[in-house]
Amino acid sequence: MTLIDHLPVFLIAIPILASLLILVAGWWDRRLCYPISLVTILSQFGAAVIILAQVMREGTVRYYLGGWAPPLGIELAIDSFNGFILTTILLLSAAAVIYARRSVEHEVGPEKTIAFYVLFQLLVTGLVGMTITGDIFNLYVFLEISSIAAYALIASARKPRSYLASFNYLILGSIAGGFILIGTGNLYAATGALNMLDISRLLPASFELATVHAGFLFLVIGYSIKAAFFPLHIWLPDAYAESPSAVTILISTVMSKVSVYALFRIIFTIFTTAYIVDVFPVTGFILFIATVAMIAGAVIAIAQSDLKRMLAYSSVSQIGYIMFALGVANQVALEGGILHILGHAVMKGCLFMVAGLIIYRVGTSRLSDLGGIAKVMPISCAAFALAGASMIGIPPTIGFMSKYYLVLGALEAGHWLYAAILLLGSLLAVGYIWRFIEIAYFRDGRDRGSGAARTLEAPASMLAPMVALALLCLFLGIFVEGLMEIVGPAASLLLGGA
Amino acid sequence: MSDINLLPVVAIAVPLLASVLILLVGRYENIREGVTITAAVAMLGTVLAMLPSILSGSRITISLLPMVPGGDFALRVDAFGMVFALTAATLWLLNSFYAIGYMRARREHAQTRFYFCFAVAIAAAVGIAFSENLLTLFIFYEILTIITYPLVVHIETPEAMRAGRKYLAYLLVGGVFLLAALVLTYILTGTTTFVPGGFLAGSGSTIVLQVLFLLFMVGFVKAAWMPLHGWLPAAMIAPTPVSAFLHAVAVVTAGVFGIVRIAGWVYGMDLMASLGLGTLLALIASFTIITASLFALTEDNLKLRLAYSTVSQLSYILLGVSMLSIAGMTGAMAHIPIHAFLKITLFFVAGAVIVSTGKEYISEMKGIGRNMPVTALMFAAAAIGICGLPPLSGIISKIYLAVGAVEGGMPVLLLVLIASAVLNAAYFFPVIYTMMLERPDDEFSLAAVSEPPLTMLIPIILTVAISILIFFYPAMPFMDLIDIAIAEITGSVIP
Repeated sequence: MTLIDHLPVFLIAIPILASLLILVAGWWDRRLCYPISLVTILSQFGAAVIILAQVMREGTVRYYLGGWAPPLGIELAIDSFNGFILTTILLLSAAAVIYARRSVEHEVGPEKTIAFYVLFQLLVTGLVGMTITGDIFNLYVFLEISSIAAYALIASARKPRSYLASFNYLILGSIAGGFILIGTGNLYAATGALNMLDISRLLPASFELATVHAGFLFLVIGYSIKAAFFPLHIWLPDAYAESPSAVTILISTVMSKVSVYALFRIIFTIFTTAYIVDVFPVTGFILFIATVAMIAGAVIAIAQSDLKRMLAYSSVSQIGYIMFALGVANQVALEGGILHILGHAVMKGCLFMVAGLIIYRVGTSRLSDLGGIAKVMPISCAAFALAGASMIGIPPTIGFMSKYYLVLGALEAGHWLYAAILLLGSLLAVGYIWRFIEIAYFRDGRDRGSGAARTLEAPASMLAPMVALALLCLFLGIFVEGLMEIVGPAASLLLGGA
Repeated sequence: MSDINLLPVVAIAVPLLASVLILLVGRYENIREGVTITAAVAMLGTVLAMLPSILSGSRITISLLPMVPGGDFALRVDAFGMVFALTAATLWLLNSFYAIGYMRARREHAQTRFYFCFAVAIAAAVGIAFSENLLTLFIFYEILTIITYPLVVHIETPEAMRAGRKYLAYLLVGGVFLLAALVLTYILTGTTTFVPGGFLAGSGSTIVLQVLFLLFMVGFVKAAWMPLHGWLPAAMIAPTPVSAFLHAVAVVTAGVFGIVRIAGWVYGMDLMASLGLGTLLALIASFTIITASLFALTEDNLKLRLAYSTVSQLSYILLGVSMLSIAGMTGAMAHIPIHAFLKITLFFVAGAVIVSTGKEYISEMKGIGRNMPVTALMFAAAAIGICGLPPLSGIISKIYLAVGAVEGGMPVLLLVLIASAVLNAAYFFPVIYTMMLERPDDEFSLAAVSEPPLTMLIPIILTVAISILIFFYPAMPFMDLIDIAIAEITGSVIP
């Protein structure tokens, strides 16, 4: 085996080692934390790209930890679907860590820097592990690693409200964890296997067992809580709004997406479409709830008076779009859903970065205090406008492309009404995005400090990832055909194809 | 007939490039305006360079990149697209000079934003003209919606913001309907590429195709047919060059252009007739023509009166389509450039009056023709043109429409045309009378009033001159282009 063959395990091992290294090096000199973290995540991203290329060339990459083949050992399995997700989350993690440096200095405080980067690294590790593991119990373990890191990170803003948000999330996250563990146990009881591939092979024999039905429900509800699928989203707004900006970016773009990934994986790879369509017909219900989520999330977002909170509810709505694909469950819609996992991560990451910059410079994200902010932060607001256009689904942004696939998929499946609701509901995004645009660009603010020419634009290390994500919203949309070469196979893989 | 020809791409890229430059050099006003003018000249040049090959009956097609099922991102220049592109490119150049004069004379704020949006918007408009399929058209159509919003709310007052919301609400909802129609078309036929004579025939039941047409109609709400016209008068809050842009250069033109495209290149006239869509369209168009004219009669605000006049005139185009006859279609297509050149003059004049006197209401404009004779004369000429009197271009499209009404077997539509002509005269002649003949209430109030700056006056004169030229030489180039387009969709030999 060459070194390249060991890349999958490096994806997990290196960041764990790096988190220890950060701890040690940070004791020596606190300034070392950031570069170590940055280099680790960037190299992970590089590794993810190499693996994805390999997957697209040669098919699924399987790696047995320690050389132990399943069912004894744990398997890492990377196919076109999680290869795509892996690349997406590491791209966003990289953007978040670049952005984090100033945000940490500002919101977390210097004495907690070491702890922050260690936890940040562990969170990413847990999420990467969840994405590439081929073992359902291992999935749960990585979920808990990432969750515990996330609870601490949310509290690291060190405001009473962030403690409360963290605590709420802790409670709900633990309930979710319990559900997931029970569900995993049920599947183990029914099949005697923990490897996903083995379970999916053995499961059809016991499709009618109550144990399996219960396991399915426990798993789906558990991961729906983690993914903040309406109406199980109640932890999300506080967690997003009250944590430090860099953490918000990471959990809103990466963490929620990985939970959605886990849902897709469990439903389509383990239970397969045969189960959710014929044995336990649940897609219609998911489609209905997803549609409610799209509408309700957006309506509540419109009612918010705080930018970060508004964006948080927007996430509730957007998760609905992804789950919509799950509910339609045909090739085209799933392509749209997978595309939206990437698309939403990129645009929401950008929007939260703008919110973070505004907090960094102005000290508040209350919408009523942000009148005329575009005059002093032109680049940030332009980025917001671009990412916001993508959120609304203005062509040719990535947000439009995923919406297009979703509508097309829904129509092909004959869901006329849902397609119509999705189209009209997508306009609700105008309601909250445009509110900020109006306030930022067209409302006169109070005089901000000395002199009209003063700019409040943030340092380059925060601007660069934000601008990059904003441009990605546009270019991913224009060159969507290239993405589809990965997303297309990924969707057919989920539906049981090659 | 398609060699690799990048000219259509250049025509769209030039204003986009200019928009970036405008942002970069925004602080230096003269350079910024230089960029606008240079780009406008370059774009007009590019469009004109394509004209000979289009007139010879060929088409320029270029597929840029694959995008989604339902269409590549692809451009195609054909005769009908050329009519729109040529109109837009010519008027952008004239409007740019006018805008520079207007914005400087009024010392408007945020001028960099203004010119930036203008440049992107014209790129989108030409993109619509050169779209090879529905998807590409939709992309440019949505960009046009978004990028004109900052222009509409330019003055940033609460009233303007309200108008902006209305504008956005109408047009974005319309966009969603257009998207629905686009997806449905793809589901029914597996393609969205425009085909002369249409490609929908036989792809769905009557009711599905009828509903689809309604989706398209709501989608092209930019055509401002009643009762979905509310955004257009609301948008009058914008600075006058923007109004001119909305009404003549790009926005409403994009709407009617889209409907004609759908009728000729997606449905085809035969299918429209067998679905009974001509009657539906005729009803909508007749209702709009008459009602909007009545609204115009009661408006004292000059810009608002012009806005309702636009609503009414746009439906001439729909009326022409609804006749589903060759003459009717010709009249519809001809009315696009003819109305654009006439209506832009009227808006230019309204803006000139605002710059020179600050007056917006017709009742306050008594006798301003004494101090602004050229401006008032040009207004009178353009108004006469819209009423359909020689020697201006308006009569050309009206004759075709009248012939089309008879040819299409709907002589009742003649009555609509006649009634509308009377109403046109009824709401335009009093304005001319007030401006040129009435005495001002207070002789001294007009003492300081004079003609607007030359950057504004010359475009006004030029647009009238072009309208007169079209009357005497209708063939070059518009009627020749339209003949080719008609030949395409009817499948007859290109003349």
